Amino acid sequence: MRSNTVRQVKILIAGGFGVGKTTAVGALSEIRPVHTEEVLTAASIPTDPLTGVEDKSSTTVALDFGRITMADLDFVVYLFGTPGQERFWFMWDELATGVLGAVVLVDTRRLADSFPAVDFFEDRRIGFVVAVNEFPDTARYDAEEVRHALQLGPDVPIIHCDARERESMKWVLITLLTHLIDRAKRRRAQALP
Amino acid sequence: MPSGNHETWFDDAAGPLVRPYAATNGRTEPSRELDLVSRIVATGYVPENLDLQHTEVLQLCHPDQSAEVAEIAGRVRLPIMVTKVLLCDLIECGAAALADASLHDDASNLAVLQEVLKGLHAL
Repeated sequence: MRSNTVRQVKILIAGGFGVGKTTAVGALSEIRPVHTEEVLTAASIPTDPLTGVEDKSSTTVALDFGRITMADLDFVVYLFGTPGQERFWFMWDELATGVLGAVVLVDTRRLADSFPAVDFFEDRRIGFVVAVNEFPDTARYDAEEVRHALQLGPDVPIIHCDARERESMKWVLITLLTHLIDRAKRRRAQALP
Repeated sequence: MPSGNHETWFDDAAGPLVRPYAATNGRTEPSRELDLVSRIVATGYVPENLDLQHTEVLQLCHPDQSAEVAEIAGRVRLPIMVTKVLLCDLIECGAAALADASLHDDASNLAVLQEVLKGLHAL
């Protein structure tokens, strides 16, 4: 049994429905990824007349949980795959508490599904990268086309990935941490007189 | 359910037809603040007359290796809030305890970011 205090870090993996969040968490996690659910009652559900959610007394929000232990460093990285639908923003708030950074997973066939996640992280000044999950049958877009379509600032890294591949997803996290470091350095420089 | 009807309500797809909050006697608020990544460890003390659901949750908290709230919830297939209520019961009766852990959430802490990056490269 280790006596040192475990140092914990949270990273969110967000994106629209079916974009590969569960797959991505599974590719990175050392444990069989856990799929858990939170039951939400009507009081906490913002009404959504288009989808008829207001007719239901409760709904279930699913999230995926994975873990990477860096034993030598006493660090544990937690991965949360979060529901991408706009009406679950309040759930994101709980998940986003204490988060270090985020990955927005994108399917180029349904770019608009990523807007809520991008807006969420921009509004809360949470550093994020955009990872375009390359589905076999999709047209390839270069990073600048995706940047333009998602109206991303010039500093947000955009990379292509395969959510099924551990090495590919590892590279996504490395890109995220590199981005967070650049961001922290930039802010530090700006704070100087 | 009317008395005398001891038939178990069970649906193949849905599992037992018991409202999740029945396990918590209707309580929807845990008695202490638990985060999704709070780490829980079993103390080794097992109270008598522990019901099935508490037992199941306790079995997932190993004495030598802590488990996170989110992981336990997923393994017992209960909503997070229900799991938190059950874990609080276990902590209060001395069967489980919070393990030592510290969440690093300061995205401006260069030392932490660089260490995590180093760890990712080493994976």
